[in-house]
Amino acid sequence: MLTLQSAGDLLPQALFLFGSNRMDTISKIVPIEVHVQNVSKSFPVEGGRSVQALQNLDLDVQAGSFVSILGPSGSGKSTLLGILAGLDKQDSGAVSLRTPDGSLPSSSHAAIGYMPQHDLLLPWRNALDNATVGLEVAGTARAVARARVLPLFREFGLEGFSASYPNELSGGMRQRVSFLRSAVLERGLMLLDEPFGALDALTRASMHEWLLAAAQRMGSTFILVTHDVEEAILLSDKVYILSPRPGTVVAGVDIDLPAPRSLATLEDERFAVYRRSLLDTLRATGGLVVTGARAR
Amino acid sequence: MNVFNVGRGAARNLLPPAVTLAIILLGWEAYSRLVLDAIPGGSRLLPAPTAVIASLVTNANDLAVNTWQTVVETVIGLALALVVGFGFALVIDLSPLMRRAIYPLLVVSQTIPLLALAPLLVLWFGFGILPKILVVGLVCFFPIVVAGVDGFRSTDPELIRLFRTFGAGRWTIFRQVRLPGALPFLFSGIRIAVTYCVIGAVWGEYVGAQYGLGIFMQSKQHAFDVATVFACVVVISALSVALFLLTSLIERVVIPWHFRGRDRSTDSNLLV
Repeated sequence: MLTLQSAGDLLPQALFLFGSNRMDTISKIVPIEVHVQNVSKSFPVEGGRSVQALQNLDLDVQAGSFVSILGPSGSGKSTLLGILAGLDKQDSGAVSLRTPDGSLPSSSHAAIGYMPQHDLLLPWRNALDNATVGLEVAGTARAVARARVLPLFREFGLEGFSASYPNELSGGMRQRVSFLRSAVLERGLMLLDEPFGALDALTRASMHEWLLAAAQRMGSTFILVTHDVEEAILLSDKVYILSPRPGTVVAGVDIDLPAPRSLATLEDERFAVYRRSLLDTLRATGGLVVTGARAR
Repeated sequence: MNVFNVGRGAARNLLPPAVTLAIILLGWEAYSRLVLDAIPGGSRLLPAPTAVIASLVTNANDLAVNTWQTVVETVIGLALALVVGFGFALVIDLSPLMRRAIYPLLVVSQTIPLLALAPLLVLWFGFGILPKILVVGLVCFFPIVVAGVDGFRSTDPELIRLFRTFGAGRWTIFRQVRLPGALPFLFSGIRIAVTYCVIGAVWGEYVGAQYGLGIFMQSKQHAFDVATVFACVVVISALSVALFLLTSLIERVVIPWHFRGRDRSTDSNLLV
Protein backbone atom coordinates (compact mmCIF):
# COMPACT_ATOMS: atom_id res chain seq x y z
CA MET A 1 0.00 0.00 0.00
CA LEU A 2 2.81 2.35 0.94
CA THR A 3 4.54 1.79 -2.38
CA LEU A 4 1.42 2.60 -4.25
CA GLN A 5 0.71 5.77 -2.34
CA SER A 6 4.21 7.07 -2.81
CA ALA A 7 4.11 6.17 -6.50
CA GLY A 8 0.82 8.00 -6.74
CA ASP A 9 2.21 11.06 -5.00
CA LEU A 10 5.27 11.15 -7.22
CA LEU A 11 3.64 10.31 -10.51
CA PRO A 12 0.09 11.60 -10.60
CA GLN A 13 0.43 12.21 -14.33
CA ALA A 14 1.60 8.70 -14.96
CA LEU A 15 -1.47 7.39 -13.19
CA PHE A 16 -3.63 9.75 -15.18
CA LEU A 17 -2.09 8.47 -18.38
CA PHE A 18 -2.82 4.93 -17.35
CA GLY A 19 -6.37 6.02 -16.78
CA SER A 20 -6.82 7.75 -20.12
CA ASN A 21 -5.13 5.00 -22.07
CA ARG A 22 -7.11 2.31 -20.42
CA MET A 23 -9.84 2.16 -23.04
CA ASP A 24 -7.26 1.80 -25.79
CA THR A 25 -5.41 -0.91 -23.92
CA ILE A 26 -8.55 -2.87 -23.32
CA SER A 27 -9.84 -2.49 -26.84
CA LYS A 28 -6.59 -4.04 -28.01
CA ILE A 29 -7.65 -7.40 -26.66
CA VAL A 30 -7.76 -9.74 -29.60
CA PRO A 31 -10.82 -11.97 -29.20
CA ILE A 32 -10.36 -15.66 -29.73
CA GLU A 33 -12.60 -18.02 -31.63
CA VAL A 34 -13.21 -21.49 -30.31
CA HIS A 35 -13.81 -24.70 -32.20
CA VAL A 36 -14.59 -27.87 -30.32
CA GLN A 37 -14.94 -31.00 -32.42
CA ASN A 38 -16.18 -34.36 -31.31
CA VAL A 39 -14.76 -34.03 -27.81
CA SER A 40 -15.29 -36.83 -25.30
CA LYS A 41 -14.10 -37.05 -21.74
CA SER A 42 -14.60 -39.61 -19.01
CA PHE A 43 -13.53 -39.69 -15.39
CA PRO A 44 -12.57 -42.73 -13.39
CA VAL A 45 -14.73 -43.25 -10.33
CA GLU A 46 -14.49 -45.64 -7.43
CA GLY A 47 -14.80 -49.31 -8.21
CA GLY A 48 -12.75 -49.11 -11.40
CA ARG A 49 -15.68 -47.78 -13.40
CA SER A 50 -15.72 -44.53 -15.26
CA VAL A 51 -18.27 -41.82 -15.85
CA GLN A 52 -18.68 -40.36 -19.30
CA ALA A 53 -18.85 -36.60 -18.70
CA LEU A 54 -18.82 -35.41 -22.32
CA GLN A 55 -19.56 -37.35 -25.48
CA ASN A 56 -18.95 -36.26 -29.07
CA LEU A 57 -19.42 -32.63 -28.23
CA ASP A 58 -19.23 -30.02 -31.00
CA LEU A 59 -19.16 -26.32 -30.37
CA ASP A 60 -18.24 -23.21 -32.31
CA VAL A 61 -17.84 -19.81 -30.75
CA GLN A 62 -17.27 -16.74 -32.87
CA ALA A 63 -14.56 -14.32 -31.87
CA GLY A 64 -15.92 -11.58 -29.65
CA SER A 65 -19.29 -13.21 -29.06
CA PHE A 66 -20.88 -14.08 -25.75
CA VAL A 67 -21.92 -17.70 -25.58
CA SER A 68 -23.64 -19.54 -22.76
CA ILE A 69 -23.48 -23.25 -22.14
CA LEU A 70 -26.77 -24.15 -20.54
CA GLY A 71 -27.40 -27.51 -19.02
CA PRO A 72 -28.56 -29.38 -15.94
CA SER A 73 -26.19 -30.11 -13.07
CA GLY A 74 -23.83 -32.92 -13.96
CA SER A 75 -24.00 -32.32 -17.70
CA GLY A 76 -20.25 -31.80 -17.93
CA LYS A 77 -20.38 -28.01 -18.31
CA SER A 78 -17.51 -27.41 -15.92
CA THR A 79 -15.59 -30.29 -17.48
CA LEU A 80 -15.87 -28.52 -20.82
CA LEU A 81 -14.53 -25.28 -19.33
CA GLY A 82 -11.65 -27.18 -17.74
CA ILE A 83 -10.72 -28.55 -21.16
CA LEU A 84 -11.01 -25.12 -22.82
CA ALA A 85 -8.86 -23.63 -20.05
CA GLY A 86 -6.16 -26.21 -20.74
CA LEU A 87 -6.51 -27.60 -17.21
CA ASP A 88 -7.84 -30.96 -18.34
CA LYS A 89 -7.20 -33.02 -21.43
CA GLN A 90 -10.01 -34.49 -23.49
CA ASP A 91 -9.92 -38.24 -24.18
CA SER A 92 -10.62 -37.71 -27.85
CA GLY A 93 -11.60 -34.95 -30.25
CA ALA A 94 -10.06 -31.59 -30.98
CA VAL A 95 -10.15 -28.18 -29.34
CA SER A 96 -8.76 -25.20 -31.15
CA LEU A 97 -8.41 -21.67 -29.88
CA ARG A 98 -7.29 -19.14 -32.45
CA THR A 99 -7.56 -15.51 -33.34
CA PRO A 100 -9.69 -14.57 -36.35
CA ASP A 101 -6.56 -14.08 -38.49
CA GLY A 102 -5.66 -17.70 -37.80
CA SER A 103 -2.73 -17.27 -35.42
CA LEU A 104 -2.55 -19.51 -32.41
CA PRO A 105 -1.94 -18.39 -28.84
CA SER A 106 1.39 -19.53 -27.42
CA SER A 107 -0.33 -21.49 -24.66
CA SER A 108 -3.83 -21.92 -23.32
CA HIS A 109 -3.11 -19.78 -20.27
CA ALA A 110 -1.90 -16.98 -22.49
CA ALA A 111 -5.28 -17.07 -24.22
CA ILE A 112 -7.81 -17.53 -21.46
CA GLY A 113 -9.05 -15.85 -18.32
CA TYR A 114 -10.92 -18.11 -15.96
CA MET A 115 -13.53 -16.98 -13.46
CA PRO A 116 -14.37 -19.78 -11.05
CA GLN A 117 -17.67 -20.66 -9.45
CA HIS A 118 -16.55 -19.43 -6.05
CA ASP A 119 -14.70 -16.16 -5.81
CA LEU A 120 -11.58 -17.91 -4.41
CA LEU A 121 -10.13 -14.68 -3.10
CA LEU A 122 -7.06 -15.07 -0.89
CA PRO A 123 -7.96 -14.03 2.66
CA TRP A 124 -4.43 -12.72 3.29
CA ARG A 125 -4.57 -10.24 0.42
CA ASN A 126 -6.75 -7.14 0.35
CA ALA A 127 -9.14 -6.53 -2.56
CA LEU A 128 -6.58 -4.67 -4.66
CA ASP A 129 -3.85 -7.25 -4.12
CA ASN A 130 -6.32 -10.03 -4.89
CA ALA A 131 -7.16 -8.31 -8.16
CA THR A 132 -3.48 -7.99 -9.07
CA VAL A 133 -2.40 -11.52 -8.15
CA GLY A 134 -2.94 -12.88 -11.66
CA LEU A 135 -0.82 -10.11 -13.16
CA GLU A 136 1.85 -10.71 -10.53
CA VAL A 137 1.97 -14.42 -11.30
CA ALA A 138 2.21 -13.53 -14.99
CA GLY A 139 5.33 -11.49 -14.19
CA THR A 140 4.11 -7.92 -13.67
CA ALA A 141 5.72 -6.08 -10.76
CA ARG A 142 3.29 -5.56 -7.91
CA ALA A 143 3.52 -1.77 -7.96
CA VAL A 144 2.87 -1.66 -11.70
CA ALA A 145 -0.01 -4.09 -11.39
CA ARG A 146 -1.56 -2.01 -8.60
CA ALA A 147 -1.28 1.18 -10.61
CA ARG A 148 -3.00 -0.52 -13.51
CA VAL A 149 -5.80 -2.15 -11.55
CA LEU A 150 -6.67 0.56 -9.03
CA PRO A 151 -8.38 2.90 -11.56
CA LEU A 152 -10.61 -0.01 -12.56
CA PHE A 153 -11.93 -0.26 -9.00
CA ARG A 154 -14.01 2.85 -9.59
CA GLU A 155 -15.53 1.51 -12.77
CA PHE A 156 -16.29 -1.81 -11.15
CA GLY A 157 -18.12 -0.24 -8.25
CA LEU A 158 -15.36 -1.09 -5.84
CA GLU A 159 -14.07 2.40 -5.12
CA GLY A 160 -12.97 2.83 -1.54
CA PHE A 161 -12.69 -0.92 -1.02
CA SER A 162 -9.22 -1.54 -2.41
CA ALA A 163 -7.76 -1.94 1.08
CA SER A 164 -10.64 -4.09 2.35
CA TYR A 165 -10.11 -7.76 2.94
CA PRO A 166 -12.35 -10.39 1.33
CA ASN A 167 -14.34 -11.05 4.51
CA GLU A 168 -15.23 -7.35 4.64
CA LEU A 169 -16.74 -7.38 1.13
CA SER A 170 -20.23 -8.39 0.06
CA GLY A 171 -20.73 -11.44 -2.15
CA GLY A 172 -21.27 -9.28 -5.24
CA MET A 173 -18.14 -7.28 -4.54
CA ARG A 174 -16.07 -10.40 -4.06
CA GLN A 175 -17.28 -11.71 -7.42
CA ARG A 176 -16.37 -8.41 -9.07
CA VAL A 177 -12.87 -8.57 -7.59
CA SER A 178 -12.67 -12.15 -8.81
CA PHE A 179 -13.75 -11.08 -12.30
CA LEU A 180 -11.31 -8.17 -12.24
CA ARG A 181 -8.47 -10.53 -11.30
CA SER A 182 -9.03 -12.44 -14.56
CA ALA A 183 -10.15 -9.48 -16.69
CA VAL A 184 -6.98 -7.43 -16.11
CA LEU A 185 -5.00 -10.25 -17.70
CA GLU A 186 -6.69 -9.04 -20.92
CA ARG A 187 -7.16 -12.47 -22.39
CA GLY A 188 -9.02 -13.05 -25.64
CA LEU A 189 -11.26 -15.72 -24.13
CA MET A 190 -13.02 -15.39 -20.78
CA LEU A 191 -14.36 -18.59 -19.25
CA LEU A 192 -16.99 -18.04 -16.56
CA ASP A 193 -18.01 -21.04 -14.49
CA GLU A 194 -21.41 -20.26 -12.93
CA PRO A 195 -19.94 -17.17 -11.30
CA PHE A 196 -23.24 -15.86 -9.94
CA GLY A 197 -24.66 -19.14 -8.67
CA ALA A 198 -24.00 -18.33 -5.03
CA LEU A 199 -25.41 -14.78 -5.12
CA ASP A 200 -28.88 -13.68 -4.07
CA ALA A 201 -31.34 -12.76 -6.84
CA LEU A 202 -31.03 -8.98 -6.52
CA THR A 203 -27.25 -9.00 -6.45
CA ARG A 204 -27.26 -11.38 -9.38
CA ALA A 205 -29.49 -9.05 -11.41
CA SER A 206 -27.15 -6.12 -10.87
CA MET A 207 -24.16 -8.33 -11.68
CA HIS A 208 -25.79 -9.23 -15.00
CA GLU A 209 -26.04 -5.61 -16.09
CA TRP A 210 -22.54 -5.00 -14.90
CA LEU A 211 -21.16 -8.02 -16.76
CA LEU A 212 -22.92 -6.98 -19.99
CA ALA A 213 -21.11 -3.65 -19.84
CA ALA A 214 -17.77 -5.17 -18.90
CA ALA A 215 -17.95 -7.77 -21.68
CA GLN A 216 -18.89 -5.10 -24.20
CA ARG A 217 -15.93 -2.95 -23.25
CA MET A 218 -13.37 -5.75 -23.17
CA GLY A 219 -14.33 -7.17 -26.54
CA SER A 220 -13.10 -10.63 -25.57
CA THR A 221 -14.96 -13.79 -26.38
CA PHE A 222 -17.03 -14.94 -23.40
CA ILE A 223 -18.13 -18.45 -22.58
CA LEU A 224 -20.44 -18.67 -19.60
CA VAL A 225 -21.49 -21.91 -18.00
CA THR A 226 -24.84 -21.73 -16.24
CA HIS A 227 -27.99 -23.60 -15.36
CA ASP A 228 -30.01 -20.37 -15.22
CA VAL A 229 -32.09 -20.06 -18.41
CA GLU A 230 -32.81 -16.33 -18.02
CA GLU A 231 -29.19 -15.54 -17.29
CA ALA A 232 -28.17 -17.39 -20.44
CA ILE A 233 -30.67 -15.53 -22.65
CA LEU A 234 -30.01 -12.11 -21.17
CA LEU A 235 -26.25 -12.24 -21.54
CA SER A 236 -25.66 -14.27 -24.68
CA ASP A 237 -25.47 -13.99 -28.42
CA LYS A 238 -25.85 -17.73 -28.57
CA VAL A 239 -26.93 -20.41 -26.11
CA TYR A 240 -25.81 -24.00 -26.40
CA ILE A 241 -27.88 -26.54 -24.54
CA LEU A 242 -26.18 -29.60 -23.14
CA SER A 243 -27.91 -32.87 -22.48
CA PRO A 244 -27.68 -34.57 -19.09
CA ARG A 245 -24.63 -36.79 -18.67
CA PRO A 246 -22.97 -37.71 -20.92
CA GLY A 247 -23.01 -34.10 -22.01
CA THR A 248 -23.39 -33.31 -25.65
CA VAL A 249 -24.81 -30.32 -27.50
CA VAL A 250 -28.50 -30.84 -28.23
CA ALA A 251 -29.25 -27.34 -29.54
CA GLY A 252 -27.57 -24.07 -30.37
CA VAL A 253 -29.94 -21.11 -30.24
CA ASP A 254 -28.98 -17.68 -31.56
CA ILE A 255 -30.36 -15.00 -29.28
CA ASP A 256 -31.42 -12.05 -31.36
CA LEU A 257 -32.25 -9.41 -28.79
CA PRO A 258 -31.40 -5.73 -29.27
CA ALA A 259 -28.26 -4.20 -27.76
CA PRO A 260 -27.56 -2.64 -25.36
CA ARG A 261 -29.19 -5.18 -23.14
CA SER A 262 -30.23 -4.47 -19.61
CA LEU A 263 -32.70 -5.80 -17.08
CA ALA A 264 -35.39 -4.17 -19.24
CA THR A 265 -34.57 -6.79 -21.88
CA LEU A 266 -36.28 -9.29 -19.58
CA GLU A 267 -39.59 -7.63 -20.49
CA ASP A 268 -39.02 -7.94 -24.24
CA GLU A 269 -41.65 -10.30 -25.61
CA ARG A 270 -39.00 -12.14 -27.61
CA PHE A 271 -37.27 -12.88 -24.32
CA ALA A 272 -40.30 -14.88 -23.20
CA VAL A 273 -40.33 -16.73 -26.51
CA TYR A 274 -36.66 -17.70 -26.14
CA ARG A 275 -37.24 -18.78 -22.59
CA ARG A 276 -40.14 -21.01 -23.57
CA SER A 277 -38.18 -22.52 -26.43
CA LEU A 278 -35.10 -23.21 -24.30
CA LEU A 279 -37.16 -24.71 -21.48
CA ASP A 280 -38.97 -26.91 -24.01
CA THR A 281 -35.67 -28.13 -25.39
CA LEU A 282 -34.36 -28.83 -21.89
CA ARG A 283 -37.54 -30.69 -21.04
CA ALA A 284 -37.44 -32.74 -24.25
CA THR A 285 -33.86 -33.84 -23.60
CA GLY A 286 -34.35 -34.73 -19.97
CA GLY A 287 -32.49 -31.70 -18.69
CA LEU A 288 -35.60 -30.43 -17.02
CA VAL A 289 -37.60 -32.88 -15.02
CA VAL A 290 -40.75 -31.61 -13.37
CA THR A 291 -41.90 -33.94 -10.67
CA GLY A 292 -44.33 -32.35 -8.28
CA ALA A 293 -42.69 -29.54 -6.36
CA ARG A 294 -39.16 -30.27 -7.54
CA ALA A 295 -38.30 -28.42 -10.70
CA ARG A 296 -34.83 -27.68 -11.81
CA MET B 1 -2.90 -3.68 14.68
CA ASN B 2 -4.80 -5.67 17.24
CA VAL B 3 -1.98 -6.42 19.62
CA PHE B 4 -3.75 -4.21 22.14
CA ASN B 5 -7.02 -5.98 21.55
CA VAL B 6 -5.23 -9.16 22.47
CA GLY B 7 -4.38 -7.63 25.84
CA ARG B 8 -7.91 -6.44 26.40
CA GLY B 9 -9.43 -9.73 25.26
CA ALA B 10 -6.98 -11.67 27.42
CA ALA B 11 -7.91 -9.56 30.46
CA ARG B 12 -11.56 -10.27 29.87
CA ASN B 13 -10.91 -13.97 29.39
CA LEU B 14 -8.44 -14.25 32.25
CA LEU B 15 -10.57 -12.70 34.97
CA PRO B 16 -12.98 -15.61 35.60
CA PRO B 17 -10.26 -18.30 35.91
CA ALA B 18 -8.21 -15.93 38.06
CA VAL B 19 -11.10 -15.59 40.48
CA THR B 20 -11.57 -19.36 40.56
CA LEU B 21 -7.87 -19.82 41.24
CA ALA B 22 -7.93 -17.25 44.03
CA ILE B 23 -10.81 -19.06 45.71
CA ILE B 24 -8.99 -22.40 45.48
CA LEU B 25 -5.79 -20.88 46.89
CA LEU B 26 -7.64 -19.23 49.76
CA GLY B 27 -9.32 -22.52 50.64
CA TRP B 28 -6.01 -24.30 50.46
CA GLU B 29 -4.36 -21.72 52.69
CA ALA B 30 -7.15 -21.97 55.26
CA TYR B 31 -7.05 -25.76 55.20
CA SER B 32 -3.29 -25.75 55.65
CA ARG B 33 -3.37 -23.32 58.56
CA LEU B 34 -6.41 -24.62 60.37
CA VAL B 35 -6.17 -28.36 59.80
CA LEU B 36 -2.70 -29.43 58.62
CA ASP B 37 -0.80 -27.30 61.14
CA ALA B 38 -2.52 -29.29 63.87
CA ILE B 39 -1.01 -32.54 62.54
CA PRO B 40 2.75 -33.02 63.17
CA GLY B 41 4.57 -32.59 59.83
CA GLY B 42 1.27 -32.07 58.05
CA SER B 43 1.99 -28.65 56.59
CA ARG B 44 5.39 -29.93 55.49
CA LEU B 45 3.78 -32.54 53.26
CA LEU B 46 1.26 -30.08 51.83
CA PRO B 47 2.66 -26.58 52.36
CA ALA B 48 0.33 -23.59 52.22
CA PRO B 49 0.42 -21.31 49.14
CA THR B 50 2.16 -18.65 51.23
CA ALA B 51 4.88 -21.17 52.10
CA VAL B 52 5.34 -21.87 48.37
CA ILE B 53 5.68 -18.14 47.72
CA ALA B 54 8.22 -17.88 50.54
CA SER B 55 10.17 -20.72 48.93
CA LEU B 56 10.03 -18.95 45.56
CA VAL B 57 11.69 -15.95 47.19
CA THR B 58 14.33 -17.78 49.24
CA ASN B 59 15.28 -20.05 46.32
CA ALA B 60 15.13 -17.28 43.73
CA ASN B 61 18.79 -17.65 42.72
CA ASP B 62 18.75 -21.42 42.38
CA LEU B 63 15.43 -21.27 40.57
CA ALA B 64 16.75 -18.66 38.14
CA VAL B 65 19.84 -20.70 37.22
CA ASN B 66 17.86 -23.89 36.73
CA THR B 67 15.01 -22.14 34.91
CA TRP B 68 17.46 -20.63 32.44
CA GLN B 69 18.86 -24.08 31.67
CA THR B 70 15.34 -25.45 31.09
CA VAL B 71 14.39 -22.49 28.91
CA VAL B 72 17.46 -22.99 26.72
CA GLU B 73 16.67 -26.69 26.28
CA THR B 74 13.03 -25.93 25.56
CA VAL B 75 13.68 -23.25 22.97
CA ILE B 76 16.34 -25.23 21.10
CA GLY B 77 14.19 -28.37 21.21
CA LEU B 78 11.15 -26.47 19.97
CA ALA B 79 13.15 -24.87 17.16
CA LEU B 80 14.42 -28.31 16.16
CA ALA B 81 10.87 -29.71 16.20
CA LEU B 82 9.69 -26.79 14.06
CA VAL B 83 12.36 -27.26 11.41
CA VAL B 84 12.16 -31.06 11.28
CA GLY B 85 8.36 -31.11 11.65
CA PHE B 86 7.86 -28.62 8.85
CA GLY B 87 10.32 -30.57 6.72
CA PHE B 88 8.43 -33.80 7.31
CA ALA B 89 5.13 -32.08 6.50
CA LEU B 90 6.63 -30.89 3.21
CA VAL B 91 7.93 -34.35 2.31
CA ILE B 92 4.63 -36.04 3.22
CA ASP B 93 2.84 -33.44 1.11
CA LEU B 94 5.00 -34.22 -1.92
CA SER B 95 3.05 -37.26 -3.02
CA PRO B 96 0.36 -39.67 -1.85
CA LEU B 97 3.02 -42.37 -1.86
CA MET B 98 5.18 -40.40 0.58
CA ARG B 99 2.15 -39.87 2.74
CA ARG B 100 1.37 -43.57 2.83
CA ALA B 101 5.01 -44.41 3.45
CA ILE B 102 5.67 -42.00 6.31
CA TYR B 103 2.45 -40.96 8.03
CA PRO B 104 1.52 -44.31 9.66
CA LEU B 105 5.06 -44.68 11.00
CA LEU B 106 4.82 -41.23 12.56
CA VAL B 107 1.64 -42.23 14.35
CA VAL B 108 3.29 -45.44 15.59
CA SER B 109 6.31 -43.43 16.76
CA GLN B 110 3.99 -41.53 19.08
CA THR B 111 3.04 -44.73 20.86
CA ILE B 112 6.63 -45.26 22.05
CA PRO B 113 6.56 -44.13 25.68
CA LEU B 114 9.00 -41.27 26.21
CA LEU B 115 9.28 -42.52 29.76
CA ALA B 116 11.20 -45.47 28.30
CA LEU B 117 13.01 -43.50 25.65
CA ALA B 118 14.35 -40.69 27.84
CA PRO B 119 16.71 -42.91 29.90
CA LEU B 120 18.00 -44.44 26.66
CA LEU B 121 18.72 -41.00 25.27
CA VAL B 122 20.77 -40.24 28.37
CA LEU B 123 22.55 -43.56 27.96
CA TRP B 124 23.40 -42.74 24.35
CA PHE B 125 24.10 -39.02 24.54
CA GLY B 126 25.22 -38.51 28.13
CA PHE B 127 24.12 -36.05 30.79
CA GLY B 128 24.57 -32.95 28.66
CA ILE B 129 21.99 -30.79 26.96
CA LEU B 130 21.52 -32.95 23.86
CA PRO B 131 19.18 -35.66 25.27
CA LYS B 132 16.91 -32.95 26.75
CA ILE B 133 16.71 -31.16 23.43
CA LEU B 134 15.85 -34.46 21.78
CA VAL B 135 13.07 -35.19 24.28
CA VAL B 136 11.56 -31.73 23.70
CA GLY B 137 11.93 -32.22 19.96
CA LEU B 138 10.24 -35.62 20.04
CA VAL B 139 7.35 -34.30 22.13
CA CYS B 140 6.76 -31.23 19.96
CA PHE B 141 7.46 -32.66 16.55
CA PHE B 142 4.30 -34.69 16.07
CA PRO B 143 1.62 -31.97 16.48
CA ILE B 144 3.63 -29.76 14.14
CA VAL B 145 3.88 -32.41 11.41
CA VAL B 146 0.18 -33.27 11.66
CA ALA B 147 -0.84 -29.61 11.57
CA GLY B 148 1.47 -28.90 8.64
CA VAL B 149 0.18 -31.86 6.63
CA ASP B 150 -3.44 -30.88 7.33
CA GLY B 151 -2.65 -27.30 6.43
CA PHE B 152 -1.17 -28.20 3.06
CA ARG B 153 -4.06 -30.52 2.34
CA SER B 154 -6.58 -27.80 3.13
CA THR B 155 -5.85 -25.92 -0.10
CA ASP B 156 -8.95 -25.66 -2.29
CA PRO B 157 -8.13 -27.60 -5.48
CA GLU B 158 -10.11 -25.02 -7.45
CA LEU B 159 -7.72 -22.36 -6.22
CA ILE B 160 -4.80 -24.37 -7.58
CA ARG B 161 -6.58 -24.71 -10.93
CA LEU B 162 -7.24 -20.98 -11.00
CA PHE B 163 -3.56 -20.24 -10.43
CA ARG B 164 -2.63 -22.70 -13.14
CA THR B 165 -4.71 -20.63 -15.56
CA PHE B 166 -2.49 -17.69 -14.58
CA GLY B 167 0.44 -19.81 -15.71
CA ALA B 168 1.66 -20.42 -12.15
CA GLY B 169 4.04 -23.32 -11.57
CA ARG B 170 4.28 -25.58 -8.57
CA TRP B 171 6.58 -23.29 -6.62
CA THR B 172 4.49 -20.15 -7.23
CA ILE B 173 1.35 -21.99 -6.17
CA PHE B 174 3.13 -23.19 -3.04
CA ARG B 175 4.40 -19.75 -2.12
CA GLN B 176 1.30 -17.76 -3.04
CA VAL B 177 -1.48 -20.16 -2.11
CA ARG B 178 -0.56 -23.27 -0.19
CA LEU B 179 1.96 -21.98 2.32
CA PRO B 180 -0.06 -18.94 3.50
CA GLY B 181 -3.17 -21.10 3.65
CA ALA B 182 -1.37 -23.68 5.79
CA LEU B 183 -0.08 -21.16 8.35
CA PRO B 184 -3.21 -21.03 10.57
CA PHE B 185 -3.12 -24.83 10.81
CA LEU B 186 0.60 -24.77 11.52
CA PHE B 187 0.14 -22.26 14.32
CA SER B 188 -2.54 -24.45 15.91
CA GLY B 189 0.00 -27.28 15.93
CA ILE B 190 2.69 -25.04 17.35
CA ARG B 191 0.40 -23.91 20.16
CA ILE B 192 -0.23 -27.54 21.12
CA ALA B 193 3.50 -28.28 20.90
CA VAL B 194 4.35 -25.26 23.03
CA THR B 195 2.13 -26.41 25.89
CA TYR B 196 4.04 -29.70 26.02
CA CYS B 197 7.58 -28.55 25.40
CA VAL B 198 8.53 -27.33 28.90
CA ILE B 199 7.24 -30.58 30.39
CA GLY B 200 9.38 -32.38 27.80
CA ALA B 201 12.50 -30.60 28.96
CA VAL B 202 11.70 -31.26 32.64
CA TRP B 203 11.17 -34.89 31.78
CA GLY B 204 14.52 -35.09 30.06
CA GLU B 205 16.19 -33.54 33.11
CA TYR B 206 14.42 -35.86 35.50
CA VAL B 207 16.32 -38.81 34.05
CA GLY B 208 19.67 -37.24 34.67
CA ALA B 209 21.11 -33.75 34.46
CA GLN B 210 23.32 -31.26 36.18
CA TYR B 211 21.06 -28.24 35.93
CA GLY B 212 17.46 -27.64 35.10
CA LEU B 213 14.12 -27.41 36.85
CA GLY B 214 13.57 -31.15 36.48
CA ILE B 215 16.68 -32.22 38.36
CA PHE B 216 16.33 -29.35 40.85
CA MET B 217 12.78 -30.44 41.60
CA GLN B 218 13.91 -34.04 42.00
CA SER B 219 16.65 -33.16 44.47
CA LYS B 220 14.18 -31.10 46.53
CA GLN B 221 11.76 -34.00 46.46
CA HIS B 222 14.39 -36.31 47.85
CA ALA B 223 15.04 -33.73 50.60
CA PHE B 224 11.30 -33.56 51.41
CA ASP B 225 11.35 -29.85 50.60
CA VAL B 226 7.82 -29.99 49.26
CA ALA B 227 7.38 -26.22 49.26
CA THR B 228 10.24 -25.86 46.77
CA VAL B 229 8.86 -28.69 44.66
CA PHE B 230 5.67 -26.65 44.42
CA ALA B 231 7.71 -23.56 43.65
CA CYS B 232 9.24 -25.45 40.70
CA VAL B 233 5.77 -26.47 39.54
CA VAL B 234 4.69 -22.83 39.62
CA VAL B 235 7.69 -21.78 37.53
CA ILE B 236 7.11 -24.60 35.00
CA SER B 237 3.45 -23.64 34.61
CA ALA B 238 4.32 -19.97 34.26
CA LEU B 239 6.90 -20.83 31.59
CA SER B 240 4.39 -22.88 29.62
CA VAL B 241 1.74 -20.20 29.76
CA ALA B 242 4.27 -17.52 28.79
CA LEU B 243 5.39 -19.55 25.76
CA PHE B 244 1.79 -20.13 24.77
CA LEU B 245 0.96 -16.44 24.96
CA LEU B 246 4.13 -15.55 23.06
CA THR B 247 3.12 -18.00 20.31
CA SER B 248 -0.35 -16.45 20.12
CA LEU B 249 1.19 -13.01 19.86
CA ILE B 250 3.54 -14.11 17.07
CA GLU B 251 0.55 -15.67 15.31
CA ARG B 252 -1.28 -12.34 15.41
CA VAL B 253 1.71 -10.63 13.86
CA VAL B 254 2.43 -13.26 11.20
CA ILE B 255 -1.15 -14.01 10.07
CA PRO B 256 -3.23 -10.96 11.09
CA TRP B 257 -5.69 -11.73 8.29
CA HIS B 258 -6.68 -14.93 10.05
CA PHE B 259 -8.09 -12.95 12.98
CA ARG B 260 -9.70 -10.21 10.95
CA GLY B 261 -13.44 -10.09 11.47
CA ARG B 262 -13.15 -12.45 14.42
CA ASP B 263 -12.04 -9.98 17.05
CA ARG B 264 -15.53 -8.59 17.32
CA SER B 265 -17.13 -11.95 17.71
CA THR B 266 -17.42 -13.34 21.21
CA ASP B 267 -15.66 -16.59 20.54
CA SER B 268 -14.70 -18.67 23.48
CA ASN B 269 -11.04 -19.01 22.53
CA LEU B 270 -9.29 -19.33 25.84
CA LEU B 271 -6.45 -16.87 26.34
CA VAL B 272 -6.36 -15.72 22.73
